[in-house]
Amino acid sequence: MRHYLPVFAVLGGVLMIFSLAMLVPLAFAYFGRDAALAAYDGAILITFGSGALLFFGCRRRGTRRELQPRDGFLLVTLVWSVLPVFGALPLMFHLEGLSFTDAYFEAMSGLTTTGATVLTGLEKLPLSINVWRCFMVLIGGMGILVLAVAILPLLGVGGSQIFKAETPGPMKDEKLTPRIAETARGLWTVYFAIATACFLAYAAAGMGWADAFMHMCSTMGLGGFAAYDASYGHWNSPAIEGVAIIFMLLAGVNFALYFVAWKRGSLRGLLRDAEVRMYALTMLLAVFGIAAFLALHGVYPTFTESLRHAAFNVVSIATTTGFASVDYAQWPIFAPVLMLFLCGFATCAGSTGGGIKMARALLLLKQARRELTRIVHPRAVAPVTLGGGVVDPKVLQSVLAFMLFYGGVMVVATLLLLVSGLDVISAFTAVVACINNTGPGLGEVGPANNFQGLTDFQTWVCSVTMLLGRLELFTVLVLLTPQFWRK
Amino acid sequence: MKILILGAGRVGESVAESLVSEQNDITVIDTSPAKLRALQDRLDLRGVVGNGIQPSVLQEAGIEDTDLLIACAPLDETNLVVCKTAHDLFNVPTTIARIRSAEFEDGAPLLGKTGFAVDKVICPEASVTAYVRKLIEFPTALQVLEFANGLVSLIAVRAVADGPLVRHSLAEIPHLLPGLEMRIVAIYRQQNGQDRAITQLDGHTRIEPGDEVFVLAATEHIRTVLGALRKMDRPVKRVMLAGGGKVGLRLAREIHDRYQLKIIETNRERCEYLVSQLPSSVLVLEGDSTDEELMADENVADMDLFLALTSDDEDNIMACLLAKRLGAKRVFALINRKAYADLVQGTQIDIAISPAHAVLGELLAFVRRGDVEAVHSLRRGAAEALEGIVRGDMKTCRMAGRRVDQIELPDGAQIGAIVRGLHLADGSEAENAKPRVIIAHHDTEILQNDHVIVFIPRKRSIRAVEKLFQVSATFFG
Repeated sequence: MRHYLPVFAVLGGVLMIFSLAMLVPLAFAYFGRDAALAAYDGAILITFGSGALLFFGCRRRGTRRELQPRDGFLLVTLVWSVLPVFGALPLMFHLEGLSFTDAYFEAMSGLTTTGATVLTGLEKLPLSINVWRCFMVLIGGMGILVLAVAILPLLGVGGSQIFKAETPGPMKDEKLTPRIAETARGLWTVYFAIATACFLAYAAAGMGWADAFMHMCSTMGLGGFAAYDASYGHWNSPAIEGVAIIFMLLAGVNFALYFVAWKRGSLRGLLRDAEVRMYALTMLLAVFGIAAFLALHGVYPTFTESLRHAAFNVVSIATTTGFASVDYAQWPIFAPVLMLFLCGFATCAGSTGGGIKMARALLLLKQARRELTRIVHPRAVAPVTLGGGVVDPKVLQSVLAFMLFYGGVMVVATLLLLVSGLDVISAFTAVVACINNTGPGLGEVGPANNFQGLTDFQTWVCSVTMLLGRLELFTVLVLLTPQFWRK
Repeated sequence: MKILILGAGRVGESVAESLVSEQNDITVIDTSPAKLRALQDRLDLRGVVGNGIQPSVLQEAGIEDTDLLIACAPLDETNLVVCKTAHDLFNVPTTIARIRSAEFEDGAPLLGKTGFAVDKVICPEASVTAYVRKLIEFPTALQVLEFANGLVSLIAVRAVADGPLVRHSLAEIPHLLPGLEMRIVAIYRQQNGQDRAITQLDGHTRIEPGDEVFVLAATEHIRTVLGALRKMDRPVKRVMLAGGGKVGLRLAREIHDRYQLKIIETNRERCEYLVSQLPSSVLVLEGDSTDEELMADENVADMDLFLALTSDDEDNIMACLLAKRLGAKRVFALINRKAYADLVQGTQIDIAISPAHAVLGELLAFVRRGDVEAVHSLRRGAAEALEGIVRGDMKTCRMAGRRVDQIELPDGAQIGAIVRGLHLADGSEAENAKPRVIIAHHDTEILQNDHVIVFIPRKRSIRAVEKLFQVSATFFG
């Protein structure tokens, strides 16, 4: 255990930063004089206190050493499983009767930007509680540890490993700036800049300031928490939906590309990126395809209305956000299933979205095509390329292994939900919605319902699945191997 | 400082390693993705895959706002062209190129701003050769480094019980050796198996046998200083080199006229080449330096000095151990890997020479802020000796016009020597200057345009020392 003390010290540091994040809902509660004000003092004290205790306790007693690459996996998993415990505190303090299981699920759902909720009557909750739920999405979106790498100098060389363990995508060797801390700062700056634009756009489209803030957080993190049970159906405003569509699409793009575009002052790299092009194409086809499908089936009277609802809900689900403007579960079954399928791969690597990421999907497709070529021309030299460069076979192998684990985790989680009594549609879509960090599934966990009806056991299965999905499996699963712990 | 390094070879890697810890933004360009990935995992820097000769690759690596380019690709041609490109297309202020060919030297017109635009040529082989030559000249020293155009030397030496100063305190030195102007700037002592610097050097500090002592003195006094700390060996006459590669050949060329020289080389063709390049007084032997029969036959026991200079660290270590066992008086090994060098230095192998390290000091002078003339990296990067020029006056500089004891030096740093008279009053270099070496005492006054040599035992205090040399318009103190 002594060996891992430095890891716990950093965890303490992250907790201290995290406690500062609670100042945001505290401010809302204080100025809005709402009922949940009392919940934050305790939560902040407990979080900061535990963080400080870990930080100073482990630093003094631990043999001081730099974090090693291997520690990165442990730290990232620890942070992501421990933070929701503290994130759940304000919810538990205010909402009596909310079990720890549900509060943890809610916090995990926020931080992993899933957006699945166990709460109903959202509009009756104090404003600050909703702010806190949404703010967790904003922090979780770009990654709490990326933030820590940006502002904590003590992470040193280990920082790049942590960075890699937390950022999604198959290829992470490309660095944007010489120093990792600067890369992390750059990504957060871009993130905040786009978030500010999103906030102002919502306000301009007719949301109140508080609503604009909350839904900005939820949109940027591609989370899907809303302050109203009816989600975006509450406003029924094409302008607000339009703003949401634009920023959901923007947040589904690799933030590194924005950073490069900002540095170079040119959008060329962004527009030429193979992954972004495929992402745009997929979105366009899906939106128009489903709009045409809805129009053909006469779900909505006009094509324009079909297009409006298809655009919002398809983009929302495919980018793994999970807002809803109508109960799309009532659409002919092909549409919602296709939407859930899209959420598995549509977003880009390095975005705030979930799923296997467009980059991996592209690599899989190209590899499949190569195998077909090889059957016809056994001696053909056909390396897999992406964006002009040859992809290292190691990356391809890791993508295949990732898919194997992805499938495996889905099967196991679905079986666990089935054995505990959930019906097959709900079980499968709940797992899809959790592992891809989307939010609503279908059936009992569909857009009109939520995860409240699940038993404690089922809720835990979903919490773990969200964690696995957000950290892209390997980071967590590697901790389960005996090799990792061997000295 | 933004630094761009071309080539992730041995030199590039060790330069990156020593510069990355000093808050520099480092980008490395290399054609091998595997090498870069390994480097990126170990150090906090950015790797860019590609051929640095292409402007697009340089751009990708952010050359537009680079402050310093260090080109150390395997080929001289690449390095020259990259320096030219960097200067002409991207206005990089300082360019350094590793040039192996002996025909390009610093200051050659071809390397000027209208030529290849190389501000500084580095050549690890030449640096190692110079380093080794000093060691052959002063065989009892661990290291001899020059400052102020060779007027002042920093000497590292391990004290031995039979030296006249050993077991005496620093306050007694003037009585024991009257007239010898020298200043001990640092003492490293073995404690619990680790060398530790003694931080508080004062009159009561005693020199113990086994201490590694750093002394600053005028270059003409080197021998006296060495003699004071350990009994003089008889001068070196017979030298054996294992490995006739680039370093071996260079060294042989420079020293063959003063020493009796034998070279062992495994490659037959290389042997023939060596014979054709060296005078007949040099004996070239074909064979393996780890072959004990060959070594015994060639009387390694009578050698004053045995140098293992092959490109293989392990071979060098084994050859040295073998030579020492067979009776060679002193053995030096060329060792590239830092871990090995730390391991063997001071054991049976007297000195571990690290080529990348030897060249590092020349680069550091460009990285340091303030008007820094020369830097030598010591103890594998842990300590540093720095020669800076005091610019500005009492108002704008924290050194000018003050006595040594009035200057706020960081913990453990010592002002060792001052060279006066190298510059005219307006700061330009004096032509027929008659410089004077002043060994610093607590009451020595530092004047404008003095060259001041500071020993910094800890790397983290470097910034504080740099600040002392910086001239600020706003400083009133």
